[in-house]
Amino acid sequence: MKIWVPMDSAAKALGSEDVVAAIRAEAARRGVDVEIARNGSRGMIWLEPLVEVETEAGRIGYGPMNAGDVAAIFDGSPSLGLVEELDWMKRQTRLTFQRCGVTDPLSLAQYEAHGGLAGLRRAIGMSQDAIIDEVKLSGLRGRGGAGFPTGIKWDTVRLAHADRKYIVCNADEGDSGTFADRMIMEGDPFCLIEGMVIAGLGCGAVQGYVYTRSEYPDAVAVMRRAIVLAHEAGVIGPDVMGSGKPFELEVRVGAGAYVCGEETSLLNSLEGKRGVVRAKPPLPALEGAFGKPTVVNNVISLATVPVIFEKGASYYADFGLGRSKGTIPLQIAGNVARGGLFETAFGMPLGEIVTDLAGGTATGRPVKAVQVGGPLGAYLGQEQFDTPFGYEEFGGQDALIGHAGLVVFDDSADMLGMARFAMEFCAVESCGKCTPCRIGAVRGVETLDRIAAGDGAAVELLSDLCETMKDGSLCALGGFTPYPVMSALQLFPEEFAGVKEAAE
Amino acid sequence: MPHAAPSTDDITALIETQMHLEGPLLPIFHAIQETYGFVPQEALPVIAQALNLTVAEVHGVMSFYHDFRKTPAGDVVVKICRAEACQSMGANALSAAVLDKLGLDWGGTTADGKLTVEPVYCLGLCACAPAAMVGGKLVARADLARLEKAMEGAA
Repeated sequence: MKIWVPMDSAAKALGSEDVVAAIRAEAARRGVDVEIARNGSRGMIWLEPLVEVETEAGRIGYGPMNAGDVAAIFDGSPSLGLVEELDWMKRQTRLTFQRCGVTDPLSLAQYEAHGGLAGLRRAIGMSQDAIIDEVKLSGLRGRGGAGFPTGIKWDTVRLAHADRKYIVCNADEGDSGTFADRMIMEGDPFCLIEGMVIAGLGCGAVQGYVYTRSEYPDAVAVMRRAIVLAHEAGVIGPDVMGSGKPFELEVRVGAGAYVCGEETSLLNSLEGKRGVVRAKPPLPALEGAFGKPTVVNNVISLATVPVIFEKGASYYADFGLGRSKGTIPLQIAGNVARGGLFETAFGMPLGEIVTDLAGGTATGRPVKAVQVGGPLGAYLGQEQFDTPFGYEEFGGQDALIGHAGLVVFDDSADMLGMARFAMEFCAVESCGKCTPCRIGAVRGVETLDRIAAGDGAAVELLSDLCETMKDGSLCALGGFTPYPVMSALQLFPEEFAGVKEAAE
Repeated sequence: MPHAAPSTDDITALIETQMHLEGPLLPIFHAIQETYGFVPQEALPVIAQALNLTVAEVHGVMSFYHDFRKTPAGDVVVKICRAEACQSMGANALSAAVLDKLGLDWGGTTADGKLTVEPVYCLGLCACAPAAMVGGKLVARADLARLEKAMEGAA
């Protein structure tokens, strides 16, 4: 009997290790021979720990599984049915996440059996020009949030003259509501490695770094192990799969600074400096890590590269909406009945995601607002639920998709409190380099406190401050903190009226 | 967790293990903190010497990052997420209850030196919020009872 239990840290946090122990104990008690295999998460977090049993028809699911209920697996009790046939799975277009939750994350053989390394093999037979054209044609844009065309960034690095170039993976996924990077690193790490190697071949870079977070110890451990295995198998190292080209890879761990998710801060941190933002120009593509031309790409951008090379650029570009091509892993989080990761073509309306996929709130109360794109993303209200999920479409709403995390709030949310939190977070995490962010965030907290205390006149001051931060900050931390603040103010002006206490 | 002040030789040996890396300063801090539970300030001049930096520069880097501690924490560090997704599921009330129960403020350590409670901004468990980490063990859909159980288990 073969049983799969996820080793994803969300599954672990919901008790998967206790479930594994209970399955072993129950199997021993019954004298049944079981093989427990480990996978990543399918992304149906509300069903975690999701235990899967191999049958002739396919893998059937039991979840959410408690250590006390494992007898059901052995008794043949009613299951969720075939996991691949569940509505949540069937409705997705799993390209980047095609193997996540399916294979053992640390089995290179399973990785290959499920389409892995096909893209890299193809890339090895291509010229640098052709590799970069393929990425350009796919329409892939930066999945970290900025949405810059990946192929153009790569081309800039390819054309730069230098004795050494770098591929840096930005895995500093600090946005609340996002966990796609973590799921790939824990659930399909070879996919990220393959994407980075292809980037290295295309740009002529021989060294890669995965810069990730100290808050992700499981992801760090799985990535490091996968790199060792990839090295042993010759996927990375002095001679990448017999191509004669070298590519080395290393994981670096941050130290709890949110701003290091900003690419120039990240580079400073990688170099061993304070994670302070650098002014651009020079672009990191020309003067990046250690002063050398550097590609800095998000995990999902790089992990999407293998499937583009496996299936072809046009296959990937055929999905999506307008200039937002391909698929996007939506991360549905916060106060939702069904939270998790759902990969789909761009274009799904926000309301369908929140109402249909997520099933509304976990508390059963009405949805008040959805914050999209992390702590620097705008709050959107029900009247914006017909907005299709795309870079330009959200831009048109004065919002952003960011790293595609959605945090749902029910009607008990205190929007002035959330606006204050956005400013407070910015003040705590500001790198201190530019004044609008460093001072503005502190003044923002004070101004919101004045409004909360009944000073309605301070609302105008807050708007003015947000304008200054937006226009004058060096990076997205100071520049985008006004998004959640101003959107909360515009959606729920009554909560900022300065007469809140009197009204209550 | 050993709290005794390390010797210069011990620190030098730890630094040596990271010197082959490009940009070794953060890995050095991590190695020292992993070994001692904090970064003893006696280490800063030794690091500065090894990397040809000023002590001020080394101090500047260390103090920039929330993770690095100048003094030892409690035996078990409890990190409770304060970010938006967790707030949407009652993280503010949860952290208030934990801090109140232990009689602590954020960053505080209990008088017996057993527990330190710190904020964390996102553990990537946003679809099963609120989340916390108790001595390295992740807890999702956390409530006071589950955290107390985890704290007892970790102590």
